[in-house]
Amino acid sequence: MTGTLAAVGAGLAVIGVGIGIGMVGGKAVEAIARQPEAAGDIRAVMLLMAAFVEGAGLIAILLSIFMAG
Amino acid sequence: MKYRIFVVYLIFQLCTVCAFAEEHSTQNDSTEYQETSSEIVNSRNEEHGAESDHKVNQPYDPAATAIHHISDANVYSILDLIRIPLPMILYAPDKGWDIFSSGKFETGDHEDGHFANYGYVLHQGSVHRVVEEGFPTEGLTDIGEHAFTHKSEEKKGKKVDVSYVKYNGKEYRLDARSTLDGGMLGGGITSFYDFSLSKNVLSMILVSLFLIWIFKRTAKSYKENPNRAPKGMQALLEPIFLFIRDEVAIPFIGKDKYMKFFPLLLSIFFFVLGLNLFGQIPFFGSTNVTGNLTVTMVLALLVFFIVNFNGKKDYWMHIFWMPNIPVFIKPLLAAVEIMGLFIKPLTLMMRLAGNIAAGHIAILSFIGLIFIFGNSGTNMGGGVIGTVMAIPLTLFMMAIELIVAFIQAYVFTILAASYIGAAIEEHHHPQEHNH
Repeated sequence: MTGTLAAVGAGLAVIGVGIGIGMVGGKAVEAIARQPEAAGDIRAVMLLMAAFVEGAGLIAILLSIFMAG
Repeated sequence: MKYRIFVVYLIFQLCTVCAFAEEHSTQNDSTEYQETSSEIVNSRNEEHGAESDHKVNQPYDPAATAIHHISDANVYSILDLIRIPLPMILYAPDKGWDIFSSGKFETGDHEDGHFANYGYVLHQGSVHRVVEEGFPTEGLTDIGEHAFTHKSEEKKGKKVDVSYVKYNGKEYRLDARSTLDGGMLGGGITSFYDFSLSKNVLSMILVSLFLIWIFKRTAKSYKENPNRAPKGMQALLEPIFLFIRDEVAIPFIGKDKYMKFFPLLLSIFFFVLGLNLFGQIPFFGSTNVTGNLTVTMVLALLVFFIVNFNGKKDYWMHIFWMPNIPVFIKPLLAAVEIMGLFIKPLTLMMRLAGNIAAGHIAILSFIGLIFIFGNSGTNMGGGVIGTVMAIPLTLFMMAIELIVAFIQAYVFTILAASYIGAAIEEHHHPQEHNH
């Protein structure tokens, strides 16, 4: 039972991370379209922010793995 | 062109069958095989004078297989054909040091050792100790081919999978693997310490030597022909080198200070990238070094110490007593910042390990489809459908993993650079200068 709940928790965490990274990526594409000359800087910041969002998600997923184990 | 793709597809299909042939031949099969294998077990047990209650035919467990394939091992297996023995350096507080070669275990199917040595056995590629009374603790002991069984046990309200080894008709409990990964992959420090040069360590040494070799060569060609356009390995490495300098080091650390940390950033980048890519080589051991929490923990700790030992006055000021905000928020913010101090390396560690391990698990699960659809080898039609599905999915996943290998190496480097940059930044305005 805890295993199933943990799996649901991991799935819920991924929803949040998916929305977050999607927003980061979408806004970055908009920004690059508006200002193509700043593409390099925007890409670096985009990856950095995506990494932060993903970090939060990974903590949630690993927590659910620990709970399941 | 179409023809060529088909040939590549067929080659991969054949290779997968080879790679998992071992899984196929022991875990699952037609009734004919079951009979022969139980006969083997019978004769084994008769030799040891025991009843034959041992089961060889277990249903396929995708999760356990995936975990087994991504864990560290004490023997380097290439396609189950070549097994490179590695040195074992084991220490038990009640027994002392034991140093021998893992070749003494005579590794067979499932990377189980056929021999026990000094009370240690090899099960699924990693060394375990048997501490129970009665098991021989000195010298080589023949324990036979299918000596290991698994049982599910309750421990602190959780189900734990415990392995047993059968010797002389009696079952002995195996101590869990001795690892530092916090028990996530069934480890933790148990009754012994494992200092062995394991599969992961060997891969790290190989990758480091390879990196040293290519960089020595590149450096030499720069010295010999300083004014010529780069070619060969030089032409491959120069853009990456310049990319790390111009996109990572200079923007995050600063033009005048980046040289001090640039070698570190390059080392981290190429080490992580090299190991990520090394783990992607099919049928070559598929080591999961950067997907191992212990390895990434050391990398993260390195970054943590470098950041904090280089932290300037401003950096510590911003952690403990943030300037230019109301006083009553300052302690609150200090608590958050101190937590952040440790969360930063923690996420650094988990991100890399999680991404790489997840990629390996995804590939292994797709290949596991063959056995799930094939009903552990009893349903051939299902097996064929599984194979046809598994190969394109695996190829797709490997392509994604190739990108992830680069992105994760880049992200690790860029985050290390940004933490270092934040630590050594000096503000040119005086503190509490309300502006």
